[in-house]
Amino acid sequence: MKITKEIVESVANLSRIKLDEAATVKMQTELGAVIDYMEILNSLDTKEIEPMSHIFSLNNVMRDDLIKPSIDRQEILSNAPDHTDETFVVPKTVG
Amino acid sequence: MNYEIVMGLEVHVELATKTKIFCSCTTEFGGAPNTHCCPVCTGMPGTLPVFNKKVLEYAVKAGVALNCDITRYNKFDRKNYFYPDLPKAYQISQLYLPFAKNGSIDIKTRSGLEKTIRIHEIHMEEDAGKLIHSPTGNETFTDYNRCGVPLIEIVSEPDFRSAEDVIAYLEKLKTTFEYLGISDCKMQEGSMRADVNLSVRPNGSEKIGTRTEMKNINSFKAIERAIAFESARQIELIENGGEVIQETRRWDDNKGLSISMRSKEDAQDYRYFPEPDIPPINISEELIEEIKNNQPEFASAKVLRYVNDFGITRADAEIIASSKYIAKIFEDTVAICNEPKEVRYWIINQIMYLMNDKGILPEDINLSCEKFAEFIKIATSDRINRPTAKTVFEAMFFASHDFDLEKYIKDNGLEQVDDTDSIREAVLGVLSANPNTVKQYKNGQTKVVGFFVGQVMKATQGKAKPDTVNKIVAEELAKL
Repeated sequence: MKITKEIVESVANLSRIKLDEAATVKMQTELGAVIDYMEILNSLDTKEIEPMSHIFSLNNVMRDDLIKPSIDRQEILSNAPDHTDETFVVPKTVG
Repeated sequence: MNYEIVMGLEVHVELATKTKIFCSCTTEFGGAPNTHCCPVCTGMPGTLPVFNKKVLEYAVKAGVALNCDITRYNKFDRKNYFYPDLPKAYQISQLYLPFAKNGSIDIKTRSGLEKTIRIHEIHMEEDAGKLIHSPTGNETFTDYNRCGVPLIEIVSEPDFRSAEDVIAYLEKLKTTFEYLGISDCKMQEGSMRADVNLSVRPNGSEKIGTRTEMKNINSFKAIERAIAFESARQIELIENGGEVIQETRRWDDNKGLSISMRSKEDAQDYRYFPEPDIPPINISEELIEEIKNNQPEFASAKVLRYVNDFGITRADAEIIASSKYIAKIFEDTVAICNEPKEVRYWIINQIMYLMNDKGILPEDINLSCEKFAEFIKIATSDRINRPTAKTVFEAMFFASHDFDLEKYIKDNGLEQVDDTDSIREAVLGVLSANPNTVKQYKNGQTKVVGFFVGQVMKATQGKAKPDTVNKIVAEELAKL
């Protein structure tokens, strides 16, 4: 699969990253190399292999519906670059 | 040209589990911002979500009640999007294998139309947080208390043709989930939210037109308004030679209009992939059987039973059974006093009136059924008359459970007076105080009898037994 300039721009947009012209070209090459490497997997014959979504044979891992105390608000908020006493603060998302 | 409206619904329902879907934080509504949060629901690196068993039970209950095929092998998927209402930058949802498919539910609209709505699928997912946009500054404040609250999303087929259909469906879902005890479905608190996919087509046409999706509709009233607005907007567009664009629109209830949010061209690319943190979930035959065998008695079955066993009308039975809480008051009170028709009378005429008048929700009624039964006993005796009983009922309805009916009646002197002597005294007093009206009666105007009776009731503060008053008024007039 060829990584075009449009694909890089689209992925950058989804990641909310701004790339200049030079970075776009660089990413095009690097992403292309990653995808090419993954292409090796496509050379394998998987016709007889059942698709799987998880590598462990675990299933039905569930917990009971019992409340445990939440974390202290100041401690949770302190992980963010910006917050008030009560809330996280992010750049305004609407106009 | 006349047009037909075609609609499909996506309904999000918050499940009433105690804890969130993937962590042990409380789901309680209305806590101070960010006090119901932990590293899992705020998406801290290195945390591991663990699925809540109760969510699966509640979800399967909903799927069974909506006559769906239950998926035996389930998994979750990641829906990736970068927006601050989800701190992980993805929502754990089900895309490829929704837990329930191909269901249906029967509805009956207010004008009596009965129809079946097909359910396309139901899936489980986590709710997002709340954003508060600064009105002046360049900031948005985020509250993640709701983040991770379990949701089911019920996707219908495009089987709705009017706002009435939609409302009947939402009311049926609400009643059904209330009886199952899996959600309180409060639209105003956001525990039930409906997105409406709407298109229009000329009457008789088989082809479905281009649809828009309307979000942010928060009440039954808003649904009616939003559907009226959006269908009129699309018809006008078509009539003027334009074309409906497939897009997501946001309903603004204050302004009474829908506003374009995003079109199909800039539709989100969610890059779904299997959720690696949650191992697959197998739903066993035993769980499905157990749920099927333990379904509660739903509204439709209650209506039949009320009509057959208690001899009340279908219309009244439907009103009572439409709320689990009202039905419980009815059944528990009848079980004590065995007066179904009287209990029905007070529910339909007083409880429904007081709820409407004071804006009380069925689940917030604080009426002791023992008290209600005791009241019925008094109301059906000769001790108080109907108008007085109304006063007593209202006092009891708003009082606490230790309300003393006997004391209230005694303290307010409400006991009916059936003492012939004192009633006769009142009658004579009324007659002598109104000589002109007596003259009218003597001249053959017999309709003034009603006036005398009314005056006597007034003189006795409404406590005199009406039959006795009628009798004595007639006797005294005959003597003139």
